[in-house]
Amino acid sequence: MSAGVSTGGATWLPLASLWRREVVRFLREPSRILSAAATPLVFWLLIGSGFSGAFQLPGSGADGVGFLAYFYPGTVVLVVLFAAIFSTISLIEDRRDGFLQGVMAAPVTRLGVVGGKVAGGATLAWVQGAAFLALAPAAGLSLDLGSALLAAGVLALLAVQLAAIGFACAWRVSSTQGFHAVMNLLLMPLWLLSGAFFPPSAAPGWLAVAMRANPLTYGVAAFSGALHGSGGAQAAAGLPPLGVSLAVTAALTAAAVALAWATARTGGVR
Amino acid sequence: MVVTEPAPTLSTTTPATEAAVVARELGFSYKGRRALDGVDFEVPEGSVYGFLGPNGAGKSTLFRLLATLLPVKEGRAHLLGHDLATEAAAVRRLLGITFQTPSLDLALTVAENLRHHGHLYGLSGKALSVAIGEQLERFGLADRHGERAEKLSGGLRRRVELAKTLLSRPRLLLLDEPSTGLDPRARRELQATLGELAAEGTTVLLTTHFIEEAERCDRLLVLDRGRTVAEGTPTELVAEVGGEVVTLEGRGDAAALAADVVAELGDGAENLQVAARDVRFEVGRGAGGAQSAAWETVARLARKLPGWEERVSAVTVARPDLEDVFLHRTGRPFDDSRRGEEEAP
Repeated sequence: MSAGVSTGGATWLPLASLWRREVVRFLREPSRILSAAATPLVFWLLIGSGFSGAFQLPGSGADGVGFLAYFYPGTVVLVVLFAAIFSTISLIEDRRDGFLQGVMAAPVTRLGVVGGKVAGGATLAWVQGAAFLALAPAAGLSLDLGSALLAAGVLALLAVQLAAIGFACAWRVSSTQGFHAVMNLLLMPLWLLSGAFFPPSAAPGWLAVAMRANPLTYGVAAFSGALHGSGGAQAAAGLPPLGVSLAVTAALTAAAVALAWATARTGGVR
Repeated sequence: MVVTEPAPTLSTTTPATEAAVVARELGFSYKGRRALDGVDFEVPEGSVYGFLGPNGAGKSTLFRLLATLLPVKEGRAHLLGHDLATEAAAVRRLLGITFQTPSLDLALTVAENLRHHGHLYGLSGKALSVAIGEQLERFGLADRHGERAEKLSGGLRRRVELAKTLLSRPRLLLLDEPSTGLDPRARRELQATLGELAAEGTTVLLTTHFIEEAERCDRLLVLDRGRTVAEGTPTELVAEVGGEVVTLEGRGDAAALAADVVAELGDGAENLQVAARDVRFEVGRGAGGAQSAAWETVARLARKLPGWEERVSAVTVARPDLEDVFLHRTGRPFDDSRRGEEEAP
């Protein structure tokens, strides 16, 4: 109990209530729903179609994976990424509007606060990502139930991981503008170098190393592996194999939640 | 052989004398800036206790310490027998807090706000529904339960806030500037509600910079620049100033008028202050009793001061109020120190 005020109290009931609140608030804002659904779709169609003529995976023949198909998993990850991270902006708004102080002074553990906010943001992100999964046939992917479930599971891990990272950042940033700035600086490079946009095999050596070191690469690889299978295309693109990707993604998710929790334990409301 | 003394019975024991809050040498600094400096006070259970002071007096810091939002590092405080420094969790369960900026979620309905708050305090199911119904009824919000908080007026929002706070039946209610932003009627309603709650045994602590609100408290801690200025019931505090307060509304040069008053009365004009065109001073109780001394003094000034008719437009003689207590103790008017603090970061 060195820094801050010692906390204590209930965890699960407040967690569930905070989670529910995030979902209810989302459903009350139709513009948020529309933008969440439409933005990645437009993104995928415009960029994917534009690049498809110029792009061919190295080592694949004429019947290889087209860009629209290659780009598809990356787009879904992008959906989850933006939805999860930006849902945690609500933490900054809660603080600004005075809502958070009431939560912080209530007999609720910090785990309850972190859990509720992260679970809420992750749920919204996951639903949006999973809805996009339904477009898989349009990308030329036929999914059996097993790989669809695995893919949905990977998305859930990613959603929690990214929401937790967003929470940890939002806890320290005092304005939504600041949060946007930090996130854009961090997120776009993270996503561009994750193998979502172009495969590591097509990148020059130093960039390929950076992509290997990028935590998000493993999330993209796990998701893409779940969709495409861990076969030739995955290896040809230079993405890590499915098993490794899954393990790394799960570990990173646990680490992100721990980070969010530790962050919330150190600071006050300010 | 009849014993006339009434025998004490169990039903008439009075537990109201216990202290709900005891603070000793409570202090706090923000990165070197001293916000609260060794404050002592005791709050009797079931009373309405006010922290009065201008902005920057340390009220909010004190509020945040008691609300467990700031850590107690200096001094000690016990709330309902629990040490604030080590038993914050226990304190939180017994506390009800109303913040100056409402902590409502404006996107949720009134009932949803209450339900969510109940969950934070461990209430659920039937018990919570009953508690919500009771509070909505109490605050006349029953027909508003399905309305979104954003559609409510400021006064209504404050009522929802209070209803929400009372859901968990707190034994100690903590309110930060509860009257700010309320119209006079809503303010009176709030005062009545707080009085009711205290009568039911709830201890009410509030911060305020409104003299009128402070006058209605059972006891007051008057703060200035992080230090205790005075402590006691409003009546005690005002009695300590004694005498009367004379205010001369000047037409022209107030400083010259003040100088003439001092020249004429000498020590007879205590705590003389010049504010804008007004000259204000206290007159001690004369040997003959209260009211006469001040009016005698005014009559003397009217006789002796050159050009009295032209220079003074009105004279007020009043009993001292809490503003005078502040001035008496600090040597500065309550309003002035407020202005001074606003300039500080």
